[in-house]
Amino acid sequence: MNRNYLKGPKKIFFFPILALLFLCSSPKDSFADSDKGKVIFAANCASCHRIMVDATGPSLFGKENETPGGRKWIYNWVHNPQAILQSGDKYALGLQAKFSIVMPSFPQLTDQDINDVLDYVKAAGELAQKSTPANQPAGATQSTGSDNSLLYGLLTLVLAIMALILMQINSNLSRLASEKQGETIPEPIPFYRNKGYIAIVSVLLFLVAGYFLTDAAVHLGRQQNYEPTQPIFFSHHIHAGINQINCLYCHAGAEKSKQAMIPSPNICMNCHKSIDGYRGPTLTDYNGKNIDGTTEIHKLYDYIGWDFLKKKYTRPGRPIAWVKIHNLPDFVYFNHSQHVVVGKVQCQTCHGPITDENQVYQYANLSMGWCINCHRTTRVQFTENNYYSIFTKFHQELKAGSIDSVTVEMAGGTDCQRCHY
Amino acid sequence: MKQKKYWKGFEELYSTPGHQKAVGNEFSEPLPFDEPESLLSAKSPRRDFLKYLGFSLGAATLAAGCEIKVRKTIPYLVKPEEITPSVPNYYASTYAVDGDYCPILIKTRDGRPIKIEGNTMSSVTGGGTSARVQGSVISLYDTARLRYPTINGEETTWEMLDHRVIADLGSVAAGSIVLLTTSVVSPSVSQAIADFLKAYPGARHITYDAVSYSGMLTANKADYGQQAIPSYHFENARCLVGLGCDFLGTWLSPVEFASQYAKLRRINEDNPEMSQHFQFESHLSLTGSNADYRFPHKPSETASVAIALYNGVASQLGKPALQGGTPISDAGLSAGITKAAKALAGAPGASLVVSGSNNRFIQTLVNGINEMLGSGGKTMDWTSPLNYRQGIDQDMQQLISDMEAGNVGALLVYNANPVYDYYDGRKFAQNIARVRMALSFNERRDETTVLCKYAAPDHHYLESWGDASPRKGYFSLQQPGIAPLFKTRAFIESLLLWSKATLTDPLTYIQKYWKDNIFPVYGSGTDWQTWWDQSLQNGVVEPASPPAPTAAPFTGNPAGAASSLGGEHPATGPLEMVLYEKVAIGSGKHANNPWLQEMPDPISKCTWDNYICIAPALADQIGATVTRFNEVDFNRPVARVTIGGKDILLPILVLPGIHPQVVAVALGYGRSKMTGRVAGDVGKNMFPFVSYNDQSQGFDYFSTQVSLEKTNETYLLAITQSHNSFEGRPIIKETTLAEFIKKPTEIKRDMLEEDAKYGSDYRNDATLYPEVIYDFPGIRWGMSIDLNTCIGCGACTIACTAENNVSVVGKKEVARGHEMQWLRIDRYFEGDLVNPQVVFQPMLCQHCENAPCENVCPVAATTHSDEGLNQMIYNRCIGTRYCENNCPYKVRRFNWRDWNGADSFEDNLYQEDEVNVTMNENLTRMVLNPDVTVRSRGVMEKCTFCVQRLQDAKLVAKKDGRPLRDGEAVTACQQACPTRAIQFGNINDRTSEVFLTRTRDQVYRSYPVLDNLHTLPSIDYLAKIRNKDPQDFFSEPPQHVL
Repeated sequence: MNRNYLKGPKKIFFFPILALLFLCSSPKDSFADSDKGKVIFAANCASCHRIMVDATGPSLFGKENETPGGRKWIYNWVHNPQAILQSGDKYALGLQAKFSIVMPSFPQLTDQDINDVLDYVKAAGELAQKSTPANQPAGATQSTGSDNSLLYGLLTLVLAIMALILMQINSNLSRLASEKQGETIPEPIPFYRNKGYIAIVSVLLFLVAGYFLTDAAVHLGRQQNYEPTQPIFFSHHIHAGINQINCLYCHAGAEKSKQAMIPSPNICMNCHKSIDGYRGPTLTDYNGKNIDGTTEIHKLYDYIGWDFLKKKYTRPGRPIAWVKIHNLPDFVYFNHSQHVVVGKVQCQTCHGPITDENQVYQYANLSMGWCINCHRTTRVQFTENNYYSIFTKFHQELKAGSIDSVTVEMAGGTDCQRCHY
Repeated sequence: MKQKKYWKGFEELYSTPGHQKAVGNEFSEPLPFDEPESLLSAKSPRRDFLKYLGFSLGAATLAAGCEIKVRKTIPYLVKPEEITPSVPNYYASTYAVDGDYCPILIKTRDGRPIKIEGNTMSSVTGGGTSARVQGSVISLYDTARLRYPTINGEETTWEMLDHRVIADLGSVAAGSIVLLTTSVVSPSVSQAIADFLKAYPGARHITYDAVSYSGMLTANKADYGQQAIPSYHFENARCLVGLGCDFLGTWLSPVEFASQYAKLRRINEDNPEMSQHFQFESHLSLTGSNADYRFPHKPSETASVAIALYNGVASQLGKPALQGGTPISDAGLSAGITKAAKALAGAPGASLVVSGSNNRFIQTLVNGINEMLGSGGKTMDWTSPLNYRQGIDQDMQQLISDMEAGNVGALLVYNANPVYDYYDGRKFAQNIARVRMALSFNERRDETTVLCKYAAPDHHYLESWGDASPRKGYFSLQQPGIAPLFKTRAFIESLLLWSKATLTDPLTYIQKYWKDNIFPVYGSGTDWQTWWDQSLQNGVVEPASPPAPTAAPFTGNPAGAASSLGGEHPATGPLEMVLYEKVAIGSGKHANNPWLQEMPDPISKCTWDNYICIAPALADQIGATVTRFNEVDFNRPVARVTIGGKDILLPILVLPGIHPQVVAVALGYGRSKMTGRVAGDVGKNMFPFVSYNDQSQGFDYFSTQVSLEKTNETYLLAITQSHNSFEGRPIIKETTLAEFIKKPTEIKRDMLEEDAKYGSDYRNDATLYPEVIYDFPGIRWGMSIDLNTCIGCGACTIACTAENNVSVVGKKEVARGHEMQWLRIDRYFEGDLVNPQVVFQPMLCQHCENAPCENVCPVAATTHSDEGLNQMIYNRCIGTRYCENNCPYKVRRFNWRDWNGADSFEDNLYQEDEVNVTMNENLTRMVLNPDVTVRSRGVMEKCTFCVQRLQDAKLVAKKDGRPLRDGEAVTACQQACPTRAIQFGNINDRTSEVFLTRTRDQVYRSYPVLDNLHTLPSIDYLAKIRNKDPQDFFSEPPQHVL
């Protein structure tokens, strides 16, 4: 029920963001240059760099004017930072001293790619300068929406009572009329002893109770919409949404293994060594309580034993016991890499509008029916992935046009022992 | 082909009423159903049923529905780079325990070893393993391991222990320090021992092996000038004679020898040929049961057999005969020796004789035979002798007398356990008291350790750095798969610390040793670090090409040996006893291993005990008929064995193939309670019946004067042979080599005739459900098992247990037919009662295309996949057991109890036996494979073809975007097999090994079992071929002897 604030105006923003994420993961497609720059930025740079403020690496806005050789210097730097450092470049050495980390090289980025990124950074930075951050309270998007269902409910109840009263009056009047005409009428049975009423009510009760019981039994052990309080108020909205950090940067296991992996705190510290305070939009939890982001970041420091003033690890750390949200029974085998790498399924397909969520909740019900339905309708990468070349029968049928695609189910994806063993 | 009669035991052979009843019932005990006259008089009438149903439904709802547990997920604080949760890491390492050797890969999941695989890069074993190696992973999590150092049994710190030990070592008389170890195959441990001996001048190192090979070592020293064992090349031995030598099961290095042996047992149908194997032995060993010709004899005749064989070969080759030995009275045995001698002489340079005797004179005779045959440099190789065993029995005798005389000031025991396995363990125990400082490095409080003042426990081998040199010029490395679980310390480190060495870290020490000694020879053209990393990754370091085998000059004196043997054992009684090792338990070191204890012995099919094996004729003689012994009742009569002044009570197990005047009892049982809850008090210790032979200066593992007397007591033996019977249906196909060459099609004639009746599309006629004809669009899994190379060793059974979380149920439950192993090896006898032929048949779910189990499941919990797997879905199963009842192969296993704590209700856990408690300790449960569901009570289970491994292999291929390659998906049983008898793959792939086996390479031999039922199994067996004369092969079925 606490998910209500998702409905309403905020939902409008959800689709563009989702669409953006789709774009990020398929950089091959062609877009307008600034969009392209945005995509490259998100895929390669965003995990360490931000546009306006320093993060693990320096902020990028305006840097093309600072560097000794302008854009050309930046091309070289991106392609091979070590070479520039070894050449004794003062500016580069200054960066190294400030951030005590050297950027990895990105030889795959062409000069045009870097231009796109710089154009995007310039445009986005100028936009940010125009609108000061204080003007944008994020909480404002919260729904104040008037919900009419209560009104309708009340109205129905009043009408139903009125109808009952009218029925009662009607029967009383007709009885009086009959008495007047001299007909003898047996003493009326009160409605609670009326067999017809009792029958109707019992049947209704049985149906309603049966429905709820069955429904509850079916949902035993499921925890859709589960949204526990976590030891640290970690907002996916800020990380994956606003800052566009690639999901796989933290959940690296999603590509490699069964588990997506909750990142170990040392991954957090890649950025949070330098980001020690929160200056973004106001954060609220689902009770509407305001959360101080800086305090939450400092909880992380507490866990890992980092002294943010001295900028070094001073205490032995202790691991963070997150509350597990997505649980599958022990007899189910689920492998993230199968879906992410082979199936090319987006994270959001199962995890919902994660980039909008401050606190994560379980979006899908994770029931077997939900899995199976997807397996029935989803198409495998039949022609793209050469693994499926052994399915000669389907290849022939595709050629002959008797089928237009191969679903997961056709490739055996609904067999019991794909998931249960 | 004439159909032979195969039987698992006498009860089946004679089809006793007890047997008929047992096989008539699907389950070994009556099911708890009462069938009363009227419903109301029933013990549990309908209303009660409804009440219970209602209650349990309510209870289950409450238990499951009230509150969902809050689960935590705790990531690493700093994730190690090499670990990705749920992705296994494999580390190349080495199993080297007491001279048993096997290069392995340790599979670790999230930091804990869960499975052992063979290392295919080793040319020594070729990637095979044994049951013991497979089982060693659970011994890492043995709850009985010593967890800290102790002084007088009290916990102490390593600093304190070091302080006290160094003081004690300094104070005892110079030259009175003795280090007693089992055979050490590790060069760096040997080096550390040498360093220690140097630090304490006069200290001695004595090697002692529980089951000794001293006779071979001393004979070879006299005959070849080297106190060593040559390496053998069974793969070159076209004619092979074993004299009481179980080289496929327990002798020296069975994995290595089995893989060599199998090379000449594999049949090429285009050009069929194979080795011929003769075996002379007293009890029925695993090797003997695989032999083409096998002849039982009394242990006292061993010398005479060796002399007769020598003379037989000599007369064939025109060499001088030997004097001595008593003439062989048994005509069959005598003819057998002549036949073997003829066959040996017919294959000069391609023959080999090996003997398991610990008598050095017999070993000299065997060396003499091999010399006449020119085996040196061909099947016997002195270029790279084996290092597996080094113990000399005389040294041990000397040690005892030194201890008795008070000449031993300090005794440091490493891996040896003489109080248990020395024949006069009591004397050893008494004399430990005379030693001022006794210290044990052993991993548990075994019989010797409890008597030692200090215990300085070594790591488990899966926790330690180490190395091994199985034979000269071959090396392998041991790396840990997990950080030490307890406060233990490496043996090398303790030794070096006490030697006051500057370098004490085991890894650095080993690296230094390798850098100084091995790198200069093998590491040419590369730098040290690269070479070390490469070696560590491969696990083995071997010569680029195997060095050519060479002979050594023979200086032995067979005539002298024969005359020494002439006076052997003049006083023989009517009965003799032979002591043997079991394939799983060996000398008892691994006795506290629940998997190995529950593995049915390959020959007797008995679990959890040792017992007196006797021949049926002897059983008759001591007062009971055969069937009384072998009826389905497992309460077996107990007999008393008396030798000299010692006697022991043990149950009787009647086995064909044992010499009728011999009783055979296994070593390795009767461990003390302190060794662990699993091994404690299981069976009886037979080591006290070993004796020391003054003439040959070695231990004798037999006695010639034994009396056997039946008592009125009975004892429960958990024997699995009568479980899961085929009731005499024809499931084995075999023939002789000569017949096969003559008419290869004969093997499958009956099948082909049957098929011909149905035409080509008989598959469609095979089912009642014509619409259910599976098409397998992508993969179709299939397996092929070669009965000719399967030696029945049971490595696959344990590998399957480890891979698939198969439950251990304990002795009582095995006796009730509740054992859970998914893969069993059926052992069939055939022919003569005195000396039967033996066939091993691994039996597992056949994954029938037209599976009888699938049709009868009322809840569709067992279905067919589009890859040809017969799928068992635990969470859907309601436990009707109809499927088990309907399975013609009897391969389904039902969880009668909650063996593993997988139920929602804790109280359901079955904890009746010590082993069940042990298996459910949190420590032991660390061995469970997280990719396989732990099954709860009331569900059926069975072989899945290791579906988790298949899915994993497919996923790797899909991620790479390429088709699955043949050989990528490997089942656990296939991986473990030392002889590569199991092939597995995609039979839709026309280039796969298994497809070609069926359709090109082994067309005549491959057959599905019970084909006439049209179950269309996914497994094919390859018929067994014996290299035997047809007249010896077709023996009449035994007559009724009752």
